[in-house]
Amino acid sequence: MRSFYGTTLPNALMLGTAQYPSPAILAEAFKRSQAAVATVSLRRESSHDRAGQDFWGLIRDLGVRVLPNTAGCHTVKEAVTTAHMAREIFGTKWIKLEVIGDEDTLQPDVFGLVEAARILTEDGFQVFPYTTEDLVVAGKLLTVGCEVLMPWGAPIGSGLGLNNLFGLRAIRAHFPEVPLVIDAGIGLPSHAARAMELGFDAVLLNTAVAKAGDPAGMAEAFALALRAGQLAADADPMEPRDMASPSTPLIGQAFLS
Amino acid sequence: MTAVTVIGAGVAGLTVARCLADRGAEVLVIDRGDGLGPHACSWWAGGMLAPFCEGESAEEPVIRLGQEAADWWAAKTHAVHRKGTLVVSAARDQADLARFARRTSDFTVVSGPAIAALEPDLAGRFARGLFFAGEAHLAPRAALADLRAGLQRDGVEFTQAEADPAAHAAKGLTVDCRGYAARDVLPDLRPVKGEMLVLSCPDLALSRPIRLLHPRIPLYIVPRGDGVFMLGATMVESAARRHVTARALLELLSAAYALNPAFGEAEVLEIGVDSRPAFPDNLPRIRRTGNLIRVNGLYRHGFLLSPAVARMVAELIFDATTPEVMDAVTTER
Repeated sequence: MRSFYGTTLPNALMLGTAQYPSPAILAEAFKRSQAAVATVSLRRESSHDRAGQDFWGLIRDLGVRVLPNTAGCHTVKEAVTTAHMAREIFGTKWIKLEVIGDEDTLQPDVFGLVEAARILTEDGFQVFPYTTEDLVVAGKLLTVGCEVLMPWGAPIGSGLGLNNLFGLRAIRAHFPEVPLVIDAGIGLPSHAARAMELGFDAVLLNTAVAKAGDPAGMAEAFALALRAGQLAADADPMEPRDMASPSTPLIGQAFLS
Repeated sequence: MTAVTVIGAGVAGLTVARCLADRGAEVLVIDRGDGLGPHACSWWAGGMLAPFCEGESAEEPVIRLGQEAADWWAAKTHAVHRKGTLVVSAARDQADLARFARRTSDFTVVSGPAIAALEPDLAGRFARGLFFAGEAHLAPRAALADLRAGLQRDGVEFTQAEADPAAHAAKGLTVDCRGYAARDVLPDLRPVKGEMLVLSCPDLALSRPIRLLHPRIPLYIVPRGDGVFMLGATMVESAARRHVTARALLELLSAAYALNPAFGEAEVLEIGVDSRPAFPDNLPRIRRTGNLIRVNGLYRHGFLLSPAVARMVAELIFDATTPEVMDAVTTER
């Protein structure tokens, strides 16, 4: 498993902390799934006087590595300010960088993303950029110092899974050494397993678990699917082919009878 | 006669005082405010008595205990309207309506014409909805005022003071109903910020609470009569309670506008913000240490759950019955 800025994670699940029915159910989802990373948004709760600290305390109590994010930031300046606040509050250099380009589709503003990634990397942050599968943007993010990329599977919250298999295969093949995390759009455990089978290193999701009828049960389902996908990828899957290929030779059998 | 001091005169304190007085206790209510007012977060409540709708994301006790609320409030106040709840979503968010239906019960699916029959001012705007006929709503401030007036009529005394529950418990039975102000002794209590608006829109007539589902900005509108509507409410994990954010206003108002563009011409009467007190599972708790009983964590279910919780407090005191929402172990700072 590739490491993330020198950290090897115990498993491939990065789980968001928003939208759960209650903090108790959130904690149960983390317990059942043993998720390696908790992502947390600072934007809405931040205000100016650390008004979100009760909730952040609950996140810290989960006892998992925290990946703060800049969800909801629309400009480079907002994202950079939020990242600084996150570093102070959670004492981590990790930051999941989101610069939203469109309020309705929540697509990333890749131009602002590269700029914010450059500023934050120079400032000592270890940036996890939420991007598309665009290879040129990915290359520019690496150039400005990102050592991890987080291409989307589908638009945030859509639950559509892996929308562009060709593009995701291409980014995997194009950057074989770079840790890649599928971020956003995951709806089902099978989507997550598929991402691992394609050779991705982790999957980040939130809504699919938080909005499930039984979030803790769904979190465990994702953990198992990711494990299955990881084992499959490590086991070197067979190549698909267009024709049937009998697993038992036909010669010598009474196949004409 | 059992003498009980109730500290806090929000929805929790007043319902507890009512249930205790009904059982014959001699009740003294102490509140930091002078009469009803915006210092209590129940002042800003929506007043939906909607146990089935809340079941979409709340735990089972909320659905079951919440069903006591409408009868209780109707018996004690004149503020209750039994008109049900209508749940709708924009055409592109039909998946949210399907999901809401899957997670709730006691509704009928209503089509466009049925929606128009229930709420003529929503005619032609929504093709599908869910109608929860058994639900009700109330005007929170009127309900609190009725409750307080009834208590005063029955000889319950009200005093304005900043009271220390522990000091009162040293003298006699005391129920701490201070809401989030009790955070100093309830470390697992957290604030959940809510922002709401009161609008005057005489062009529009709605007779029941409308919930507009949206993946990011769910909204409810509760009619207060005379063309006045309450719009709510955000849910933010934040202790900030002094100001409403511009984003909250934008989101609430644009959702209202989506429900009916007539809201574009509404006058904004009030902008409210406060913290709901909540425990980690968002369920209420009764805790007892000797003479001191603490009631808290009503979260967004103040009017919905306070009748059941207050009943349990009375049963604890008079019948020595252990309430189902009572913590076995008390964690006090």
